[in-house]
Amino acid sequence: MLASRMQARATEELKPSIGNLVMPMMIAVPRERFPGERRVALTPEVVGHLLKLGFEVSVEAGAGELAAFSDDAYRAAGARIVENAPSLYADAHIVVKVRAPSIAPVGDEVELLREGSTLISFIWPAQNEALLTRLSARNVTVLAMDCVPRISRAQKLDALSSMANMAGYRAVIEAAHQFGRGFMGQITAAGKIAPAKVMVIGAGVAGLAAIGAARSLGAIVRAFDTRPEVRQQVESMGAEFLELDYVEDGSGSGGYAKEMSAEFIAAEMALFAAQAKDVDVIVTTALIPGKPAPKLITADMVRSMRQGSVIVDMAAEQGGNCELTRPGEAASIEGVTIVGYTDLPSRMATQSSQLYGTNLRHLLTDLTPQKNGEITLDTDDEVMRGVTVVLRGEVKWPPPKKPEPAIAPPAAAKPAATIAVTIEQKRRAGWIGVAGLVIAAALLAALGAVAPPAFVAHFTVFVLAIFVGFQVVWNVTPALHTPLMSVTNAVSGIIVTGALLQVGTPDHLVAILAGLAILVATINIAGGFLVTQRMLNMFQR
Amino acid sequence: MQTGIGSIAYLAASVLFILSLRGLSHPSTARRGNLYGVAGMAIAIVTTLWLNGGEALPAVAALMAIGIAGGAILARRVEMTQMPQLVAALHSFVGLAAVLVAIASYLSPAAGAESDSAAQSVHNVEIYLGVFIGAVTFTGSIAAFLKLQGVVGGKPLLLPMRHTLNLVGVFACIALGYVFLTAPDADVGISSLLTMTVIAALIGVHLVMAIGGADMPVVVSMLNSYSGWAAAATGFMLSNDLLIVTGALVGSSGAILSYIMCRAMNRKFLSVILGGFGTATSTASKTIEGEVAPVTVDEVGSLLRDASEVVIVPGYGMAVAQAQATISEITKKLRSKGVNVRFGIHPVAGRLPGHMNVLLAEAKVPYDIVLEMDEINDDFSNTDVVLVIGANDIVNPGALEDPGSPIAGMPVLEVWKARTVVVSKRSMAAGYAGVDNPLFYKENTRMLFGDAKGSVDALLSHLGA
Repeated sequence: MLASRMQARATEELKPSIGNLVMPMMIAVPRERFPGERRVALTPEVVGHLLKLGFEVSVEAGAGELAAFSDDAYRAAGARIVENAPSLYADAHIVVKVRAPSIAPVGDEVELLREGSTLISFIWPAQNEALLTRLSARNVTVLAMDCVPRISRAQKLDALSSMANMAGYRAVIEAAHQFGRGFMGQITAAGKIAPAKVMVIGAGVAGLAAIGAARSLGAIVRAFDTRPEVRQQVESMGAEFLELDYVEDGSGSGGYAKEMSAEFIAAEMALFAAQAKDVDVIVTTALIPGKPAPKLITADMVRSMRQGSVIVDMAAEQGGNCELTRPGEAASIEGVTIVGYTDLPSRMATQSSQLYGTNLRHLLTDLTPQKNGEITLDTDDEVMRGVTVVLRGEVKWPPPKKPEPAIAPPAAAKPAATIAVTIEQKRRAGWIGVAGLVIAAALLAALGAVAPPAFVAHFTVFVLAIFVGFQVVWNVTPALHTPLMSVTNAVSGIIVTGALLQVGTPDHLVAILAGLAILVATINIAGGFLVTQRMLNMFQR
Repeated sequence: MQTGIGSIAYLAASVLFILSLRGLSHPSTARRGNLYGVAGMAIAIVTTLWLNGGEALPAVAALMAIGIAGGAILARRVEMTQMPQLVAALHSFVGLAAVLVAIASYLSPAAGAESDSAAQSVHNVEIYLGVFIGAVTFTGSIAAFLKLQGVVGGKPLLLPMRHTLNLVGVFACIALGYVFLTAPDADVGISSLLTMTVIAALIGVHLVMAIGGADMPVVVSMLNSYSGWAAAATGFMLSNDLLIVTGALVGSSGAILSYIMCRAMNRKFLSVILGGFGTATSTASKTIEGEVAPVTVDEVGSLLRDASEVVIVPGYGMAVAQAQATISEITKKLRSKGVNVRFGIHPVAGRLPGHMNVLLAEAKVPYDIVLEMDEINDDFSNTDVVLVIGANDIVNPGALEDPGSPIAGMPVLEVWKARTVVVSKRSMAAGYAGVDNPLFYKENTRMLFGDAKGSVDALLSHLGA
């Protein structure tokens, strides 16, 4: 904790200053060197926003050309155009890119990075260990856009989701391009057009985008995912959720799926084999983090498909979900076209660049709380800690695992393990809690020793009921607090039974008091329940 | 055999009450939950009458008929904006009933029947506690009712040495309790019991009067909890497990709600209950500089029409002005024009937990666009226009920015992060907490002065045109 605080100002020594005058930091946007890459890290619109944050922006000549952003547009937005990469990198405090920097032989971009500067781009640290070592040797700070934690606060930075969204859309467009028929069902003077049937495997961001695109082209869409909780999302996009007979929950951590058991996979494969015979287009998006993509579509399934069918394998880069996929190309194999493009977001360069640039802008905005054109990296922040893979030459990846908010195991089962992971403060609080429990138990035992047995029995019931009440009420939605209160209020009118027990006595005073109690308690009961009903009738979707 | 069946029926009633509370945790099951509650209550009453009916049955039936009619009229007549008062008033009934039952139990000839002296003193302690809790609930609820109704002002009543006063009261009650338990005859007993009732009643009034208007949601749910404990104490007194279970359920649910409310305001439960909002801190807070930019209805109308993301933040002012129906209409109009309208509800908006949700539901605003503070706070930066209607403290940036502010540390709706904030307000007066609001002086804030109802009516007709 202390160490990260000390390193909090990652780029402090780099802060350029003349006398007391602080110069704004320079953000550099190089042209992407990766073959076939059309995207650019910042669009002219985003440049305008960054200038407002106090940064200066320089762009390599021709950087946005393939994404339809001309140098003039950047100039108009206020950026400086720099002719070649070396002079661009030489002035840069922050370099923003799309692809991870290339290492030789493509032209070494790591070598160009100025010592002490900050690089923000996709890095894929798990797959690119060599790159990580090179970067740390350059003594730079590297923020990886692919390492944004999947928490709701960080959604605006989540470039993976933005790119997956574009890729899902483009996958369906590619499929439509290769497919010899229309997607929309029609009855025309020249005969009937049957609607295309599309199966989407994996309902993550890309899968859902593919469902949406295919639906709006008019196709019948079915989708499958191992995580049952996405069913609602699938159905909300207008697709049918395919179900297995076999029950197993495939939800892993961070919103990804985990690997499933052999029985489950067998049932799954049977489902895909049956669907392959029926559908015209299959879009697969199944990925398991850190592992090669699962093979879901076998060669036999491909052969069983109708001639002219299309498979778009969005997992091609990780080896592909289909056995016959050739990464990077579209190949016709026994009459079925298998599209294995690995650059789907890049094929939507203009839109993808804009989304990626906006993600970058949000990251830079969070890095610049003072809006003074100077970034401050707070590594105590969960999001910032997650994206930081190299901090001034020191490899910080992978980030420390946050304890999962999972259901705690029964305390009795492994007390040693539980105590081991709790930090010092919690342990102390725990001891105070334990001490409190012991004192309470002692007091209760003392009470049990002197109180009559009937009282003890009632007391047992009382304590249990309190716990039931806690359990039942704890998760109530805030919207229902008022109705809950009025219903518990009505229920507390149960005190009427107490009065009913007394009203029959011959003593007149007692009878009158009890009668009065019955009257007010009944008003409470009737009023409480009726007003609750009235309120609840108003709640509608 | 009769008692056996009775016990089982009581068990059924207890289970139904648990199911009732369970059902109320989600809108889709809430109505069923309420019906479970009604069924449980019906079973409990019928069983008790069947076991102990006797010759008093006609009188009881008549009383209950009157009670039901009274309750039904109350439930039908009450305006949704008056819900807090109604709930508070109903709590006072439970407290009163508890006091009456406990006193009756002491006077009842059966009381002397306890042979064991230990059992007798336990019984007396139960009676004493029942009366104490019941009396505090009764008068505390009445005080809360009067405050919410506006008969008594919302400002906390801070008597000098109020903590000492409360302590003296409690100690007096304990001393009287000793007299009561060791009373040689019934006369001494009853007189000490009644004296204690009066003192407890005063404590109840004093406790609630010392609490500021902004803390009313906590007070109401706390009284709800008390009414449960009163019922539970009665259950111990009468050796009735149904009363104990139900009382404990209500007591713990009320306690949880109070806790949730306190957490939403980032305040300690004790400091709310012991009263006084901003009593010692007001001197330390910063004075606010800047200019207020007023805006006209026409300008707000075009702002809303050109926006794509709108968030409406209602507060107690909307309830007072009865503006929720018009706001619902505006929402419908804007949504039909493709504007994404949502509502941001602060946990302590209004004078009752969930108060705003009930009002919006009454005005037929779909509940899935009504979001909680935590759900919407991150979205304000992407919002074009925030419309604040009759809210003040819950959108006060001072809570986060000014450590000297009396509401410092309370989580608030961060509306100022939106592109434009329109605040509909009667005047520049401070909110219930008596704190000035720097939001009104922010660059992107526009003030729409005037009565909330009048403003939104004008806005609706502008949007319709």
